[in-house]
Amino acid sequence: MKLKLMMAILSMSVGLGFSQTGIANETMAHSANLGNTPMEGTETFQAFGGKEGLVKIMDDFMIGLVADPRTKPFFDNEKQTFIKAMLVEQMCELMNGGCKYPGRDMKTTHASMKVNREAFNALVEQFQFAMDKHNVPFNAQNKLLAKLAPMYRDVESTTGDAVPPAASK
Amino acid sequence: MNHNKTQINSIINQHKVFGLCMLTTIAALSTITAWSSNAHAEGNTYSNKLLLTGGVSQVEGAAGGGLTPWAVIGGYGTNNEIGGNVHYTYVKSGDFDLNSFGITMGFYDRFELSVAEQKFDISDLRGKVQAGLGADAIGRDSLDQTIVGAKVRVFGEAVLDADTWVPQVAVGVQYKKNHDGDFIKGAVVGAKQDHGVDFYASATKLLLDKNLLLNGTLRFTKANQFGLLGFGGSKDNSYNPELELSAAYLLRKDVAIGAEYRMKPNNLESPANTLLFGGANVVDLKEDDAFDLFVAYAPTKNISVTAAYVNLGNIATVKAVGADYGKQDGVYLSAQVGF
Repeated sequence: MKLKLMMAILSMSVGLGFSQTGIANETMAHSANLGNTPMEGTETFQAFGGKEGLVKIMDDFMIGLVADPRTKPFFDNEKQTFIKAMLVEQMCELMNGGCKYPGRDMKTTHASMKVNREAFNALVEQFQFAMDKHNVPFNAQNKLLAKLAPMYRDVESTTGDAVPPAASK
Repeated sequence: MNHNKTQINSIINQHKVFGLCMLTTIAALSTITAWSSNAHAEGNTYSNKLLLTGGVSQVEGAAGGGLTPWAVIGGYGTNNEIGGNVHYTYVKSGDFDLNSFGITMGFYDRFELSVAEQKFDISDLRGKVQAGLGADAIGRDSLDQTIVGAKVRVFGEAVLDADTWVPQVAVGVQYKKNHDGDFIKGAVVGAKQDHGVDFYASATKLLLDKNLLLNGTLRFTKANQFGLLGFGGSKDNSYNPELELSAAYLLRKDVAIGAEYRMKPNNLESPANTLLFGGANVVDLKEDDAFDLFVAYAPTKNISVTAAYVNLGNIATVKAVGADYGKQDGVYLSAQVGF
């Protein structure tokens, strides 16, 4: 039994060691408002089909966001084209695709609304649907989601009811 | 092993009372859920956690893997919601089997309450002992227990904090009441108590960019075979720390495979060995650690199924009567339905 325990611990350590190999090398300056550090290689960007792929994914993403009652109040407005363009630039830079995100930081962007965890997770789900639809491999999806998920700290501002953007309708 | 009628009635009544307690708890929890559903009348607002991030119901009812509680809060409710699920688990380990069902409720991604009822079938051993000794020394086909659990998330966000090593940490308790107290405290098993409380702390981290979930749980317990053979024994009657480890790899957003290892105490020495067999280890109750290899599939947020290979080692072996049960391994199947 002690042998089995050692094997269990060993396999966990291997897992941990393996996961430490991807420590970010922050030599390149990135856009101040990007919200996270960009990836190193460009494999994930390629898996998304480059910028062209991102544009298609964001088109379907936005359709999903407007169709989902949990996210509709935030996106069913005249800013859709602008939001999609910003998302393409932000995702592209996060995936080291040679872009510069010109937009505002996540906190400022979401200051005029109240996003809760339900709305945040609903957006993640719609993004997953859009990535699935465009055959982005699960590994690549999670590499990008790992860059986006911590942004919940700046995006969410309530644990109560969600409130859509004030001036959007 | 002879009970008088009063004792037997008292056992039966005790069992009924606990069954009733559980039904009452389920009813109360259902009422709370129904109330919460009405409170948020519009739309789909009780299952907004991401798929599989509430874990599944482990064998004692807490949200986790199959054998081990994790720091996640059960159900698909977020910090603004209440969620829950009911589960049924069947373990077939060669010479024994275990049926377990229960309910797990998560409140605001902060608190978790669970109730589980376990029925451990020992009829095969009973038959062999009766045939070998000419006496029905076990006198029952199953050992039953009720487990009431509570868990609170202390800090951390296992899924979304993908840019830090800080895990989600929770602490929990599991109160366990064995309904076969007279037997498990008697000369065959020799447990010291028929009830006990486990205390645990769990740390869970999803390494999202690696599709890997890791969990470590430290449990302080006196429970023998999860409590199915009572609490404490003549070898050891103190709380001991036991480590439980889980690793799960996400193949897809709805499928995870993984492994778990759970250390268990080894408290029991059958009093019958001294009383009847001159100190020979005829009734071998040595307890081993447990491990499993599992696959969990969640086609929707309302349904998940878990299948596993599980190895529990030795539970109770009486070689003299042909019950050479030294290695109990087999299948673990569990289904849960959320609401």
